[in-house]
Amino acid sequence: MATKVHMEALSPTMEEGQLVRWLKSEGDEVSNGDIIAEIETDKATMELVARGDGVLRKIFLEEGGTAPVGAVIAAIGGADEDVSEIEGEAVSGGGGASEAAADGASEADEAPGEVADEEDGAAAPAAAEAPEAPKKSAEAAAPDSSAARTSSGRVKASPVARRLAEEAGLDIGRIPGSGPGGRVVKRDIEEAREKGVAAPATAAQAGPEYEDVPVSQMRKTIAKRLVTSIGPVPTFYLTIDVDMGRVLEARRSVNGMLEDEGRKVSINDFVLKATAASLARHPECNAQWHDGFIRRYNAVHLGVAVAIDDGLITPVVRNAHLKGIADISEEVRELAGRARDKQLQPDEYTGATFSVSNLGMFGIHEFTAIINPPEAGILAVGGVEETPVAVDGEVVVRPRMRVTMSCDHRVIDGAQGSRYLQTLKHMLEEPAAILV
Amino acid sequence: MAVMTYREALNEALAEEMERDPDIFLMGEEVAEYEGAYKVTKGLLDTFGDRRVVDSPISELGFAGLGVGAAMAGLRPVIEFMTFNFAFLAIDQVINGASKMHYMSAGQFPMPIVFRGPTGAALQLSAQHSQACETYYTHAPGCKVVTPGTAADAKGLLKASIRDDDPVAFMEGELLYNLKGEVPDDDDFVIPLGVADLKREGSDVSIITHGKMVHVALQAAATLEKDGIEADVLDLRTIRPLDVDAILDTVAKTNRAVYVEEGWPYAGTGAQITTLIQEEAFDHLDAPLLRVSQADVPMPYAKNLENLAKPSADRVVDACNRVLYR
Amino acid sequence: MAETKTRKKKGNAKGGGKPSGAALLEQHGVDEALALDLLREMLLYRRFEENAEEAYAIGKIGGFCHVHIGQEAAAAGAIKPLRDDDYVVTAYREHTQAIAKGVDPKAVMAELYGRTDGSSRGKGGSMHIYGAECRFMGGHGIVGGQVPLGAGIAWKIRYKEEDSVVVCFMGDAAVNQGAFHEAMNLAAIWSLPAIFVVENNEYGMGTHFKRVSATEVVDRSASYDIPAISVNGQDVLETYARFRDLAEEVRGGGGPRFVDLQTYRFRGHSMSDPVSGTYRSAEEVEERKENGDPITLLRGTLFDAGILDQDGLEEIDGEVRGLVEEAADFADASPKPGPEELYEHVWAQENHGRLFFDRREQAR
Repeated sequence: MATKVHMEALSPTMEEGQLVRWLKSEGDEVSNGDIIAEIETDKATMELVARGDGVLRKIFLEEGGTAPVGAVIAAIGGADEDVSEIEGEAVSGGGGASEAAADGASEADEAPGEVADEEDGAAAPAAAEAPEAPKKSAEAAAPDSSAARTSSGRVKASPVARRLAEEAGLDIGRIPGSGPGGRVVKRDIEEAREKGVAAPATAAQAGPEYEDVPVSQMRKTIAKRLVTSIGPVPTFYLTIDVDMGRVLEARRSVNGMLEDEGRKVSINDFVLKATAASLARHPECNAQWHDGFIRRYNAVHLGVAVAIDDGLITPVVRNAHLKGIADISEEVRELAGRARDKQLQPDEYTGATFSVSNLGMFGIHEFTAIINPPEAGILAVGGVEETPVAVDGEVVVRPRMRVTMSCDHRVIDGAQGSRYLQTLKHMLEEPAAILV
Repeated sequence: MAVMTYREALNEALAEEMERDPDIFLMGEEVAEYEGAYKVTKGLLDTFGDRRVVDSPISELGFAGLGVGAAMAGLRPVIEFMTFNFAFLAIDQVINGASKMHYMSAGQFPMPIVFRGPTGAALQLSAQHSQACETYYTHAPGCKVVTPGTAADAKGLLKASIRDDDPVAFMEGELLYNLKGEVPDDDDFVIPLGVADLKREGSDVSIITHGKMVHVALQAAATLEKDGIEADVLDLRTIRPLDVDAILDTVAKTNRAVYVEEGWPYAGTGAQITTLIQEEAFDHLDAPLLRVSQADVPMPYAKNLENLAKPSADRVVDACNRVLYR
Repeated sequence: MAETKTRKKKGNAKGGGKPSGAALLEQHGVDEALALDLLREMLLYRRFEENAEEAYAIGKIGGFCHVHIGQEAAAAGAIKPLRDDDYVVTAYREHTQAIAKGVDPKAVMAELYGRTDGSSRGKGGSMHIYGAECRFMGGHGIVGGQVPLGAGIAWKIRYKEEDSVVVCFMGDAAVNQGAFHEAMNLAAIWSLPAIFVVENNEYGMGTHFKRVSATEVVDRSASYDIPAISVNGQDVLETYARFRDLAEEVRGGGGPRFVDLQTYRFRGHSMSDPVSGTYRSAEEVEERKENGDPITLLRGTLFDAGILDQDGLEEIDGEVRGLVEEAADFADASPKPGPEELYEHVWAQENHGRLFFDRREQAR
């Protein structure tokens, strides 16, 4: 008699598991108790054991795919036994794609009870919210996700889709697939070509605009817990002091060069330039939270908070990482001017990947800023102040500036944010680093 | 255009060709006095006499071999099998004899012979009398295989087959004999072997088929149309020689294809065609190629089981939806 | 030798004493020149097959190779009386029959060698020698498969109202095949001008005919009402005379005939089969060679009639050996078929679509 292999609840809080690796292949003999797969739970990578003897006849969940607890992910049976009935109730395809997740969701309604029955009282999963969550993520994932990949990392795409993508200069790996198991098919390429969703594989701009990173079980749990604790955007704060001596020198020098043109740059322009340059090196902080995945941008679209009469608006300097400081300065000035006149178009104040708020001109030494979702971070920049500090064991007075970064903890962890701030600090204290 | 049955079209083709070439004779069970088990040879005995329209004993191996010998000696035999189910008894002569003679003799003996008769499922005739046999013949190099699906094709292709210098297995649809269709009046209406016919034009999916299944494919296409899906229906008409260009063209247009055949799936005609498509049109494919065929079982007798075993328009629609990711 | 059995009363002057050589020639209506010619033919076949055996032994010939040694009188006696426009169709022990009907021994040998100058350009091999021009309709490899072909060729003769005949050879094992019986019936109902000849060498490969047959060979046409005779196939004069007469009977519209041509194979079934062993004893084979060698028998008759002496014999033998060596040299020198030959001749007629389904073909 054939045995179903279920996605088992391998941690007390696990609602779904990601198939990391099959340790047995279809056709392999398995005995009760054999470890047949590794499953990433919300906590750790766990081992899944066989609950019956026979041959691993059919695998329904590919490596990398996700299934809710209780879903049937494989069948063990006799070499010639008909396992089609089990296949009928299995998760379809896998591959971490939209369909698999959707199927899994409906499966979850019934499956857990079955597990308990069959396995003689094995821990029934805590599935209180299970039916809803994966479904939502599936719906959200389908239109946005990039191409599904096989366990070996190859993009699943139809031959004609590959050919058309190549002809159009599109990177097929960045085109979401609407076919079975997330396969990229012809219509996806046509849509991508029409809407320009995917950046050309060989654009003048350095690399694709962003990369979507699947959300691991652990990160899902982190996100969920933090949201429960603190609100929709679980924020934490990192503060760092920056010696601005070299920026002041550089500013003098730059303004000297720009004098003939009647232009000049502010300290904040340096901050913006350095923020953009450092974000380009830390896409993990230049990112957005989406249900089911995190979108990491390679391009930096910098939101700059501008106070206006009846509030605040954040115009966006697009591709700030590619722009020179004088251009940034001019663009900010121009955008801020029109912001105050309420002349901004919506596309001029949306689509930022990260924001900067500077209240230094108001004599503010230090403050915290509120993240503008779906961005995952914002810098709160205080004023540059003459401050006594210890340098090489001696107290000297230096121009110092305090920066506090608000981080969406679902996207950015403390260490990541800290590393980013170190890069930023380095660039401001050694402005030549921006050029590197 | 004259409207006539598939049966009458075949009869006209035989009569016209026999009139044209005195070396053509017709031999088979019940072809003369009885005028054919399916009346395809009606009136031919009266017209051409018993020298050229010959009733044979029930000896498929014997009279098939007689035909091969006569063709070696220069005649152009048309050998009728009452059905191709009975031709298994004669397949040694068709494959080991007719299909290899030209090669074994390095061209000394062309083999202008037609083996014709009905094939495919009929109604509740059970396992031995209901089966599509074309794959047995397409498998062997040296044998051409022709499967007309309409009256006009029946006439034009039979004339071409009789004129061909290679052996031809001309496989008629047992359930098509009463089918009416328009046939050009031209008394020299010949359809060259190896030219497929686009029976319906669409752009979304290609249904490729041959023989009787053309009608199942068209029915499926009509259903799909109600759903806003436009199917190309390509009737291969001859499965050796094969109109490869027509197949590649339709696949290049729609990027997805379903093969429909009356035979079994394993190593069937669809297996060959889909292999060819993936070999030669790989970069045009947007979906896996699917096949609809007879179930992989001998034909059962019970009507409900028989219906389950046969390819149906519903199954074709379903396969089309699958390759369309619908 | 088995007693000659006759169904139709044909003059057989076998009396009490052994007739003289001259009397035998007269009895069979064979003149001196023809008798010498038959000897020369049989010697040619013998030397040809011996040469082929040698070539096979050193790998110049491959595959199945069935030699006719011991059965030469069947080829010469049955085929030499035929006209050029008569047909012969046969099975796979056919090298000498092809030569008898007029296929150039050089082309036959080259075919055995698998060379371009072979009768089928090296594509047929030992079992498939053809000679369309001399109406040698092929060696065929499936036991009994050629019998309906014989009926079909005869059908054409009748259809075209010609006066040629077809001689269709088969081995004794073929009479247990369905194809044989179906063809017999067809030939009978349509009174086809065919002589169906069983070269009865008693063994179907390694099985004696009687072990697997309920009735005798000669009785097998009875249920189709086709006249049958048994002929001593080791006696080329008798064989020749009978076939000369049969051909004329059939040519005149007399309908088909059936011949049990009793002979014996001095070699194994094919080059890869034993001459004797589990299925027949070495003594049996030796006895038959001793008393039933068709060449020895005719030589005796000719010596006895004073037509030929040892010197004359050696002269003829030397001449045919020369022909055979020439054939072997020709075959050896003939080029092997080029790769472009592989796809030649599969089809007689091109059509619009593709006929081949092969990667190598596409590459061409």
